[in-house]
Amino acid sequence: MTARTLALNTTKHFFLILGGIVMLLPFLWMVNTSLQQGGFGNFVEAWTKVPFGRYFINTLIVTVLTVSGVLVTSCLAAYSFATMRYRGRDMLFLLFLSTMMVPQPVYLAPSYVILSKLGWINTYLALIVPWTANVFSIFLLRQHFRTIPISLYEAAILDGCSRLKYLWKVVLPLSKSVIITVLLFNIIGSWNSFMWPLVVTHSENLRVLQVGLSYFNQEQSSNFHLLMAASTFSTMPLIILFIAAQKRIVASYSRSGIKD
Amino acid sequence: MKLRSRLAPYVYILPALIIVLAFRTLPILSSFTASFTDYDIGGFHGFIGFDNYARMLSDARFWQSVVNTLYFVIGVVPAGIIIPLFLAILLRGKLAGKSFYRTIYFLPVVTSAVAISVVWAWLYNPEAGPINQIITLFGGEPLLWLREPRGVFEMLLSPLGIHPRGILAGPSLALVSLMIVSVWKSTGYNTVLFLAGLENIPGTYYEAAKLDGAGTWGTFRNITWPLLSPTTYYVLIMSTIISFKTFALVYVMTPPPGGGPLGTTNVIVFYLFQKAFDRFDIGYASAISVFLFLVLLSLTVIQRKIAGRKVHYGS
Repeated sequence: MTARTLALNTTKHFFLILGGIVMLLPFLWMVNTSLQQGGFGNFVEAWTKVPFGRYFINTLIVTVLTVSGVLVTSCLAAYSFATMRYRGRDMLFLLFLSTMMVPQPVYLAPSYVILSKLGWINTYLALIVPWTANVFSIFLLRQHFRTIPISLYEAAILDGCSRLKYLWKVVLPLSKSVIITVLLFNIIGSWNSFMWPLVVTHSENLRVLQVGLSYFNQEQSSNFHLLMAASTFSTMPLIILFIAAQKRIVASYSRSGIKD
Repeated sequence: MKLRSRLAPYVYILPALIIVLAFRTLPILSSFTASFTDYDIGGFHGFIGFDNYARMLSDARFWQSVVNTLYFVIGVVPAGIIIPLFLAILLRGKLAGKSFYRTIYFLPVVTSAVAISVVWAWLYNPEAGPINQIITLFGGEPLLWLREPRGVFEMLLSPLGIHPRGILAGPSLALVSLMIVSVWKSTGYNTVLFLAGLENIPGTYYEAAKLDGAGTWGTFRNITWPLLSPTTYYVLIMSTIISFKTFALVYVMTPPPGGGPLGTTNVIVFYLFQKAFDRFDIGYASAISVFLFLVLLSLTVIQRKIAGRKVHYGS
């Protein structure tokens, strides 16, 4: 290694470490503050002061059901869009895509009205059902399903293989990586969603973690040790998931960003 | 049998279609319709033409939210391109610890905006927060951060005896504090996007540039920047849209009712939220939604037009 490359690499690492410190410091401060004055007791106090256990369970229920719903509806729709030929297919696909153009805050108020007409306000249904279809996931899956030769599908159908069986036995096993991408995206999105649950639920026993933490923040605004303890245990599950699957998550995000 | 096989494709789409129609298309269309009605807490009475839009024109709080949002976008988007691009260039190629750095930068991306806001509100706390402690440690003046309504240009220039007023005072320090958090949260994602873009540029270009004796800046200007333009364009559009949608940071760090000190962090989605759910003024909130949608749509169209000329989609 020449002196020049050594100097260059040292400069690179200097800036990269600096960047890393800026990124990590807030997390370190969070954990550090949570352990001061009371130590682990802060965690116990925060956990019992408001029903965080309940919030965790709610978030878990909502995330699991939402993500399962997304997987089922998306795989079915993407399969149909990618492999079957029928009238109105492209128009339907455009209809789906067009909804991606409109950001959620734009239709939040009418969504609330629709949910209240259905009598769903302040129920799990409101938290889950509207998010059991995800157009972006359908789009990602369709792009991948299209890479599987259509002749294979046509031959299988001709041989008497049912459509559902082909999806289950051929398409899905060939799409593991993109399915995991969809899974991770939706877990993260669902776990972190805030504005929607804030709007569609009112009672405490339906609060999800993000909403609960936001109320806790307003109630305990000067009790930093408790706030940081609560922030720590609320972020832990996703941080653990991220560290466990970081290569996959980073690759998923970077792949999804590159449009064909 | 024949009919069954003809219907099958539609059956596969049906579950997703029902959800999309009921919870995307219908509310999207309704927000247009509702913007022409007087739907409020007392219910729906009738269509009132463009009254809600006329009301927006004379609503000072609405315009404040528009100006604040523009400040936010103009501050966050360039920083969200320059810093990640710089980091991505450093990370490019073979480098020890590359995936370690990437993991750390990415941590804020997957962490919830609410938790991040709670933590940063503590960091910014004027009395006991770590940021002010560090500033005083180095002999500086502690700042009010999220509680500071004064514009940053006003704060910077007033020691020189210049007192800019109104829009010239710039975004409040409270709003700038929120922008910092927003840039911090999105840096990792944008870095990863830029890195993927950079690594798609064939190494032969750089070898050729080296043979031609091009310097670091020349290489960046003539190779990296033009060949990276599809990624830059994508990051530009995504960050603009995300910045326009900012809600959780504002709601948690500068909680209601105010939207920050003297309403200086009152951004458009926050205002929309307040109108819709604190006042239940659905008609008016819908008009604001339509405005937001049209702004985002026209920005995308304009950016696409410009990109059509500037973006290099070569092979």
